[in-house]
Amino acid sequence: MLVVAGLILLELEGVARPAVRELGLFRYLVGSQWDPVGGSFGALPFVYGTLVTSLVGIALALPVSVGLALFLSEMGPKQLRPVVGFAIETLAAIPSVVYGLWGLFVLVPLLRDPVEPFLGMVLGFIPLFRGPPIGLGFLAAGTILAVMILPTIASVTIEVLKTVPETLKEGALSLGATRWEAIRVAVLPYARPGIIGAALLGLARALGETMAVTMVIGNSPEIRASLFAPGYTLPAVIANEFAEAVTPLHTGALAGLGLVLFGITVLLSAAARLLVQAVARGPRGATA
Amino acid sequence: MKKLIAAAALALAGNALAADSLLVNGAGATFPAPLYTKWFSDYHKAHPELSFNYQAIGSGGGIQQITAGTVDFGASDAPMKDDQIAKIPDILHVPMVMGAVVVTYNAPVKSLKLTPEVLAGVFLGKITKWNDPAIAALNAGEKLPDLAITVAHRSDGSGTSFGFTDYLSKISPEWKEKVGAGTSVQWPAGLGGKGNDGVSGLVKATPGAIGYVELAYANQNKLALAELKNADGHFVKPTLESTSAAAAGVTMPADYRVSITNAAGKDSWPIASFTYLLVHKDQADPKKGEALVQFLWWAIHDGQKDAAPLDYAPLPKGVVAMVEKTIRSMTVQGKPAPLAAK
Repeated sequence: MLVVAGLILLELEGVARPAVRELGLFRYLVGSQWDPVGGSFGALPFVYGTLVTSLVGIALALPVSVGLALFLSEMGPKQLRPVVGFAIETLAAIPSVVYGLWGLFVLVPLLRDPVEPFLGMVLGFIPLFRGPPIGLGFLAAGTILAVMILPTIASVTIEVLKTVPETLKEGALSLGATRWEAIRVAVLPYARPGIIGAALLGLARALGETMAVTMVIGNSPEIRASLFAPGYTLPAVIANEFAEAVTPLHTGALAGLGLVLFGITVLLSAAARLLVQAVARGPRGATA
Repeated sequence: MKKLIAAAALALAGNALAADSLLVNGAGATFPAPLYTKWFSDYHKAHPELSFNYQAIGSGGGIQQITAGTVDFGASDAPMKDDQIAKIPDILHVPMVMGAVVVTYNAPVKSLKLTPEVLAGVFLGKITKWNDPAIAALNAGEKLPDLAITVAHRSDGSGTSFGFTDYLSKISPEWKEKVGAGTSVQWPAGLGGKGNDGVSGLVKATPGAIGYVELAYANQNKLALAELKNADGHFVKPTLESTSAAAAGVTMPADYRVSITNAAGKDSWPIASFTYLLVHKDQADPKKGEALVQFLWWAIHDGQKDAAPLDYAPLPKGVVAMVEKTIRSMTVQGKPAPLAAK
């Protein structure tokens, strides 16, 4: 596996190196111009778009999927579990292009009216929720990603919750805790490292998702604070422009974006690993 | 022993394949792919010993593959640039059919008329409302709404974008200076959609949107199309006929590497382009070379009948006569290629 990854990296690096050298590494990484005709390429708008959409996705998906997992494993009636479980698995099996179509024809019109105008009215004092409601943009892409990574996070969380010892819960209940208190005091702290791991799996999928995102994000390489504005992500621009990139500079700049994406995933998984360790060692975590 | 038998079997199989079929490989533009697929399948029916394998990987890919020598022919919507030709100097551009780029919109306007200046203004992000006086002046009698214009463009690199931006560069100095022409450009305004279906999806889903797609795609999906004022000052509707007319409006150079956007002629649609097959003038493989030359000859004659039903504009007569000469100039290992079916 490592060898394959290494070969891919080497190959990408070989294509990207001349272009990045010509553009200058620093200017390439923090530049915000993407002009294939003028030959000026900067990766920043795509990095920004990738991070923002993935974070929106996680922020929306994590509470819902943890709640779903808790409901299924701790609270919900037993008969309901296989039904909801099947529904979650079905979500995971839908091809991303279908998500994209659904996003374009159902989600985006909904966001344009009424969701974004409403958010703008209520939360307009935060720059994130300002600007004209186009529908396509960071919010649409993040929402699609949330739906796509929900099954991953939920099903891993369910498995994690299964590992919580019954005795912990029973102990809490016997001390007079309500059901919700037992979950908060006994179940969640024990499961926290696992849930973070689940979120990371979801994040990894969100970072690399190409098709569904490119269909709803608006594909405009600009950095804007508003979630309503159109943006662009790393995988989307690579998929969009690679086939017809004719100059070596353009091809190299796109290959470089592949390396940047790889770097982001490595950094994020390293950070998450540290986070899991810190949480597992934490004072409130039950000793496993 | 086993190895020997296996080798013998392989050799036999190889011979059998060689005797039965000849496979000509090509790769390139996606725009003409439906037509090429029909051509290759029809041609294979008439010549069962010959089959074609065409990969629609995009014009840029087609140029790269023929340059690298991994395919027998390439296909491209945009002509090769000088520095690309320098790598394979004996490459020929053979025009096959023509396509057009059209402007589609989503606004309550029955028939929208646009001038080049207004079109450029919209795509530069300067004209932002449907009831802008510049649009109203061209469409007297229409009730234009107070609706924001959302520009939709291609997000993937494409020959369609090249044709459209090439046209805008010709008619608007500001566009030429700020944006330029290319398969991917830095769009001053609007949203990007992937492919023709992506752009038309954006246009359909967004009230007030305007975008550009290929004529073939627009016809098949019955999209609302704008009329454009051409170089001679006439408003024309985008049709196969007005597309073919554009080729008659320019002086054709011998290598066909010419942009036919903004062509002269009162019936010319202003955003038209050729799509080319890229072949070596001198074919190295005797069998494949002969087959390819004969196929090209067939394509510009019998093949043209298939163009219109699939919404491609056939080559006008004058161009066909020129391409005949080009095909006759092709050689196979230095000798003129025999053209059996003249």
